Amino acid sequence: MSDVYRVVVTGLGVVSPIGHSVASYWENLKLGISGIGPITLVPKPYELVQKVAAEVKDFDPLKHFEERQISALDRVSQFAVVAAREAIAQAAITFDMPLSVRTATIIGTGAGGQTTQDENSRRVYQDKKRVFPLTIPKLMANAPASQISMYCGLRGPAFAVASACASATHAIGLAFHMLRSGLVDCAVAGGTEACLTFGSLRAWEAMRVMAPDTCRPFSMNRAGMVLGEGAAMLVLEPLNRAEARGADILGEIVGFGMSADAADLISPDEGGMARAMLSALADARLSPEDIQYVNAHGTGTTANDVAETKALHAVFGKHAGKLAASSTKSMVGHALGAAGALEMVATLLALREGIAPPTISYLGPDPACDLDCVPNAARAMSIEAALSNSFAFGGLNAALAAKRFS
Amino acid sequence: MSDVANGVIAIIASKVRVGHPKIELSDRLEDLGLESLDAVEMIFDLEEKFDIQIPYNANNARTEFNTVGEVVSAVEQLVGSKAS
Repeated sequence: MSDVYRVVVTGLGVVSPIGHSVASYWENLKLGISGIGPITLVPKPYELVQKVAAEVKDFDPLKHFEERQISALDRVSQFAVVAAREAIAQAAITFDMPLSVRTATIIGTGAGGQTTQDENSRRVYQDKKRVFPLTIPKLMANAPASQISMYCGLRGPAFAVASACASATHAIGLAFHMLRSGLVDCAVAGGTEACLTFGSLRAWEAMRVMAPDTCRPFSMNRAGMVLGEGAAMLVLEPLNRAEARGADILGEIVGFGMSADAADLISPDEGGMARAMLSALADARLSPEDIQYVNAHGTGTTANDVAETKALHAVFGKHAGKLAASSTKSMVGHALGAAGALEMVATLLALREGIAPPTISYLGPDPACDLDCVPNAARAMSIEAALSNSFAFGGLNAALAAKRFS
Repeated sequence: MSDVANGVIAIIASKVRVGHPKIELSDRLEDLGLESLDAVEMIFDLEEKFDIQIPYNANNARTEFNTVGEVVSAVEQLVGSKAS
């Protein structure tokens, strides 16, 4: 039996529709600021039925990279590297030898380099022009993981995790388990997505699940999801190493659970959701009554929010009525493969500060979603332990459990 | 029945689970076993066949189309407004 280490978070980084840093992201989450607005990333003459998304606004890659570097970095990798640098700077950690070879880089992405993919398709099929030489290494799903490892000098296990909307939660969970078992001594883990391209948005339109105005999770008259983009990264370490170097410990990850529905390709399944949450609780050796806050998957679709409410009732029983279970997607939209990491950052800061971020744009109760979703305004409350849920198309579910570190 | 109605019913029939020999205008989509994915594919097939745009959001599915007849009249209206 290998050693079991406690795993803590010592650095966070965020690029989001409501701020390009952890501080601005968290401040705006607490204020209930919406990052959802008109789509500007799709140039004319391309026309969309869908008019709104949660774009990362005013992101200037030249602020972060040299011009010659940008030609090798899709927007999805730019977000990833910027968020990873912020997390590493906050952790105040230097990846000298031997730590460099003992540090993992595990990065979720649902769709990879969509901007590059879209541009390439246009050149090939429409413009009939020659193709950029770095098209393949820019669009590959592991590009963000590779770029973080190169820019930050991380030489241990590095790979991408793809499970659509659960990618980042799976990535952070894998990093947590690798650290807990002593396989690595540090990890940079999270998720990134930059999917707001014409081709990708047209494909999402075709699924008929997008809200025309905004995202209203668990609310009456909710009309679907709103796509988002961005990245969030965490630096994770074993507690003993973090304490030895005097790091500021932001929170502790204590459990990770996963499941597959093996049912419908797109319809959510409350049984699979519940199994992921139960296995995260079991992994954390927590009982349902220990949890005060859940950062819900809460996409704002009719189907997800009803199924997730049923799953929370199944897992928490009578205690479900005491939970605060909010969806921060109401503010940042659904950033697919980055969503789980953005939400884990929100969960860790909720624990640290004792503030549950709200579900904004809430119009009133839906009897089928009868839990407390912290409607419209953040709430100060005592939070000792929390869950962060992610449930993907394809029926792939993941949940992380975290505790306040004191 | 109009050509449009027959075309719509043929598309719905292709999405329906076995055991529904004849589809009536009064049949409810839910009773025909049309699940969300089937309904979205049905809308796509209707748009392709009739070259129309059907405003449809799966999140409001229950309020948008209850019966086969409601789908037929929506398509007839969209085909009509295209011709005029």
